[in-house]
Amino acid sequence: MHRKTFEQPPRRVALFVTCMVDMIYPEVGMATVELLERHGVEVIFPEEQTCCGQPAFNAGYRDEARVLARRFLEIFGPLVEQGQVDAIVAPSGSCTTMTSHFYATLFDSAANPAERRRCESLAAVTFELTEFLVDVLGVTDTGARFPGKVTYHACCHLLRELQVDAQPRTLLANVQDAELVELTGAEECCGFGGLFSIKNAGISTAMGQRKARYLAQSGADVVALCDVSCMTHINGLLSRQGQHCRAVHIAQILNSQVDVEAPPPPPAPDQEAVQQPRRWQDIR
Amino acid sequence: MATSTIDLHAPYKERVKLALQNLHLKTALSRSTVRLSSARVAAMTAVDGQRLRDQTRQMKEYVLRNLPDLLEELERNITANGGHVHWARDASEAQAIVLEIARQANVQKVVKSKSMVTEEIHLNQALEEAGLKVVETDLGEYIIQLAGEPPSHIVAPVVHKRLEDISAVFQEKLDMPPTLDPEQMCAIARARLRQEFLTAEMGISGVNFAIAETGTVCIVTNEGNGRMVTSMPRVYVAVMGIEKLVPTVEDAFLQYQALCRSSTGQQCSVYLSLTSGPRREGDVDGPEEFHVVLLDNGRSDMLARGYGEALLCVRCGACLNVCPVYREIGGHAYGSTYSGPIGAVISPLLPAQVTNAEKLPHASSLCGACRDACPVKIDLPRLLLDLRSDQVEANQAPWLERQAMEIFVRTMSSRRSYENAGKLASLASNTMAALSGGNLKFMPPPLSAWTQSRDFPPFAKKSFRELWAERMARRRTIQRGG
Repeated sequence: MHRKTFEQPPRRVALFVTCMVDMIYPEVGMATVELLERHGVEVIFPEEQTCCGQPAFNAGYRDEARVLARRFLEIFGPLVEQGQVDAIVAPSGSCTTMTSHFYATLFDSAANPAERRRCESLAAVTFELTEFLVDVLGVTDTGARFPGKVTYHACCHLLRELQVDAQPRTLLANVQDAELVELTGAEECCGFGGLFSIKNAGISTAMGQRKARYLAQSGADVVALCDVSCMTHINGLLSRQGQHCRAVHIAQILNSQVDVEAPPPPPAPDQEAVQQPRRWQDIR
Repeated sequence: MATSTIDLHAPYKERVKLALQNLHLKTALSRSTVRLSSARVAAMTAVDGQRLRDQTRQMKEYVLRNLPDLLEELERNITANGGHVHWARDASEAQAIVLEIARQANVQKVVKSKSMVTEEIHLNQALEEAGLKVVETDLGEYIIQLAGEPPSHIVAPVVHKRLEDISAVFQEKLDMPPTLDPEQMCAIARARLRQEFLTAEMGISGVNFAIAETGTVCIVTNEGNGRMVTSMPRVYVAVMGIEKLVPTVEDAFLQYQALCRSSTGQQCSVYLSLTSGPRREGDVDGPEEFHVVLLDNGRSDMLARGYGEALLCVRCGACLNVCPVYREIGGHAYGSTYSGPIGAVISPLLPAQVTNAEKLPHASSLCGACRDACPVKIDLPRLLLDLRSDQVEANQAPWLERQAMEIFVRTMSSRRSYENAGKLASLASNTMAALSGGNLKFMPPPLSAWTQSRDFPPFAKKSFRELWAERMARRRTIQRGG
């Protein structure tokens, strides 16, 4: 995918906060704003924004998704075209993927030339938060301090569509006092997958439980990730199982907002979690 | 016996439930898929894997663009070599062709080398119904034939069974004394199979690729049984999907390399058997008759419907091994000959009757691991999305879902309704969460599918946009004050 390279670091960006962050995790949105501002970027929040349409698109409802995609283009398009912002930044790999990759599927260049042009030009300046910090602003150390064991889960869209992986890992590696631990199967899907988590709840849960086992095995206090949807899924399982570890959005760690004292003490070792590592080590 | 057999015709939900409950299946799948996918990674990194994938894809794209011409070239060359080519539009035509060849050659017993395409057309059943004895000779396939099961993986048909399960099958069917020694078990199967090779009149195999310019069919195996199937019996019949051909010998070795490295992580397989025609004078072995059945069975429709990309598949199984869904449920839960991501794409497009095939495109979190593993870079997530979209357009989506989606889009279409919905959700979810310790533990159907196993957080009391507005107001106050 073509991304714009900036001669001058962008001074002003539009925040695409995403509906889940807006409604469920506003603290992630605020951490994103503070991070950007601390690195000299002015943030504009276009208040008309709602949802990018990803749930509809993923479920196959393209006409419905197109309605919301048009809306997104009409809200963010003029800001970029009139030079009011240099870029669009979102604290979400999957919503960034939706607007900068999948919108092209919705707007055929022959049938919708204007929209197609607009989504291509927006795609070039839309960035996921860690991608923006590292690749565009050149920030590798956000000055955060986080005392605790941290591991990283690579969210699928971020990793495989945007191919952003080194950026969040670099940023985490430079967090003061954080002890980074390896996570087996860090690149395996947590099992969320939008409506998949409902339509195929059993498989989705089994996938998440595998992730939870690896997390228990890693001994991490928190698992950092770049998508609140995966975060909801992983936390939903961890909290239901009474596990010690918690998933947090990377912006919260990079903005040093996380209180590691908060999670409950580790429960008695889970039988399955204890057996699993042995089995996997046998294989290798 | 520990490993349960999943009835392929049971409803999808039932198949998945049985698979998820089966802990032995989970163990077997985890072991083998992890082993196979790490082997693939190692084998692909040992060479310029990206280039290999790019070149293989280019070659297969060329094949699809020139399919009719290449098929005719293949036919000409096979015929010139003294072989016979048969064109089958669908499963029943293919069955009839093979039966007729068997009848004319007076065949009583058939030995087979593993082939997904003959599974696809249920050839074994057709032959058995006609009174023929059919013996699978690939060890894995032999085991599941004894167990009365279909294969559950494209290249490793018995991947779902543990050694203990296989031992139980052998004890029951082959009177083997109790043992878990793989070598001993192998020796017993081998002795049995040798007798079958020596007495069969016909060999049937699939085709990994056929070379158009030479009229050669190639099969890739690791056990040597393939070679015996193609050369020992009087008659050899190769059945191939029309997409499984390559233009030249060089292309054959390109695909061979991509296939071996992606399927088992080998640089090359132990055997590569090439058959260009029947035995010629002076040949020490080889069949007296050589037949190739070219099977369409929905493939040209697939091309016409915009799903041609799925025909680039070389059947290596790499997408199955990395698929987190396949890893949890295995092949039988898909209810089709083809499982995993590629199965989820092609099963609904093939004419075979798969129970609840419409649910397969949804059995994916669209994580994309399959696309990264595919040696021809098939964009499987995109194909799954296209299938979902086709279903919605054909009005096949569940009524409730359609209603929910309409309400969702209407709500999200205006700032006011979005904000109002947010406030309502915040109020409701916080009230409910307060009753259950901070998180939602129960939600009404269909969301209850989430809360059966997972908590859900309540919506924020103050949304980001409210916090933002407060922040802006504070700033204005400070600015005015200053």
